[in-house]
Amino acid sequence: MVKKRLIPCLDVTKGRVVKGVRFVELRDIGDPVEMATLYSEYGADELVFLDITATVFGHDPIVELVERAAVELEIPFTVGGGVSTLEHARRLLRLGADKVAVNRAAVERPELLTELAEEFGSQAVVCAIDSKKVGPGAGEVVTHGARRPRGLDTVEWACEVVSRGAGEIMLTSIDADGTREGYDLEITGLVCEAVTVPVIASGGAGTVKHLAEAFEVGAEAALVASIVHEAPERIPDIKRELEEAGWPIRI
Amino acid sequence: MKIVLVDYGAGNLRSVCSALERAGAKAIVSPEPQAVREADLAVIAGVGHLAACAEGLEREGLAQALRERVEGARPLLGICVGLQMLFEQSEEGGIGLGFFRGPVVRLQARRVPHMGWNTLSVRGKPRIMEGLDGEDVYFAHSFTARPIEELPGAEVDHGGPVVAAVERGALAGVQFHPERSGKAGARLLKNVIAWSRSA
Repeated sequence: MVKKRLIPCLDVTKGRVVKGVRFVELRDIGDPVEMATLYSEYGADELVFLDITATVFGHDPIVELVERAAVELEIPFTVGGGVSTLEHARRLLRLGADKVAVNRAAVERPELLTELAEEFGSQAVVCAIDSKKVGPGAGEVVTHGARRPRGLDTVEWACEVVSRGAGEIMLTSIDADGTREGYDLEITGLVCEAVTVPVIASGGAGTVKHLAEAFEVGAEAALVASIVHEAPERIPDIKRELEEAGWPIRI
Repeated sequence: MKIVLVDYGAGNLRSVCSALERAGAKAIVSPEPQAVREADLAVIAGVGHLAACAEGLEREGLAQALRERVEGARPLLGICVGLQMLFEQSEEGGIGLGFFRGPVVRLQARRVPHMGWNTLSVRGKPRIMEGLDGEDVYFAHSFTARPIEELPGAEVDHGGPVVAAVERGALAGVQFHPERSGKAGARLLKNVIAWSRSA
């Protein structure tokens, strides 16, 4: 049986990992590939590098990061944030990223997902969806750091991106993000039920219990940030606890 | 020992290259049929659609070099789509090299792609899988080979048994990504190097 995954997310800007709450008060916390290697040694199952600066295609430090990560890491990694065009995504994949995560670019031009899937296979195409709660069991897709509502129902959009070629969904609840009070289980459960691809729950993880709750509603993987950045050495304990709770976990 | 990663235009091969280096071997990436003929071990890796990969191999004259290797029982390893290309007709279009008998079909499971770490069950006594029974390795694929004959190798469970590895003589393939499978992946590559030295 395929194992549930613990995926640390590293926010990267200008080639460094930064930490901040809702994009303010960014603090430099380290070199992305060094941190990723450490997390991998502690047992992270996969990694996400999210470029949180609006990068301009042509010259961006994320390219150098991908080149290094591709040769140094022994676990898979996804690159996202500011992936705006087919050329940009293609370049990251050709440099050795295992997957690219596309968010706003997919909203603006959904064909991008199909083009990427045709060239690299669906397994390399993650669609990141930021969702804002607009009512009971209802989410609306937002972009631009949650400032722009897009008039798309989250569950419907999730189904569409899968039909267009996305092989995985990274679903972030904007309301839960940064709170450490747990994932938005309602929208996560609805999306997991509606689609056939794996779903990565994102936004709000504060405790091991939160991760188990996300698996309970159908998520295949849990994205974590603060809880591992503060104490990477806790990763083995977190995974052990999940395993003891009965989840299939790689130890 | 000379290892050649067959470059047929299917994306990045450097990750596999550096994983082989970590496992103690030097590998080069080459699009030349002659280099593929001469190498002690040839590796076909790659992602995406079998049809595009198969086309790339035929166009560059690489498929012929690979056929000659197999006829001469010289070691050949397929990774991911590379394993699928060792088989025959694919449901997503395209025809593989046909070194193993059986089609490539879409996975039938609640979640496709099959994405993440899964536990190997070794079948028979494949040399490349030594020490790997019960180990977790990383998968990322939507299609799978369905061998007609029973082959030594390994399986995982994802909505039923899924081929994870096959081996027959000097010909082998793995569906998972050894270059992204931590210590278990490194062990596989070490096994492959030892196997290809004596296969």
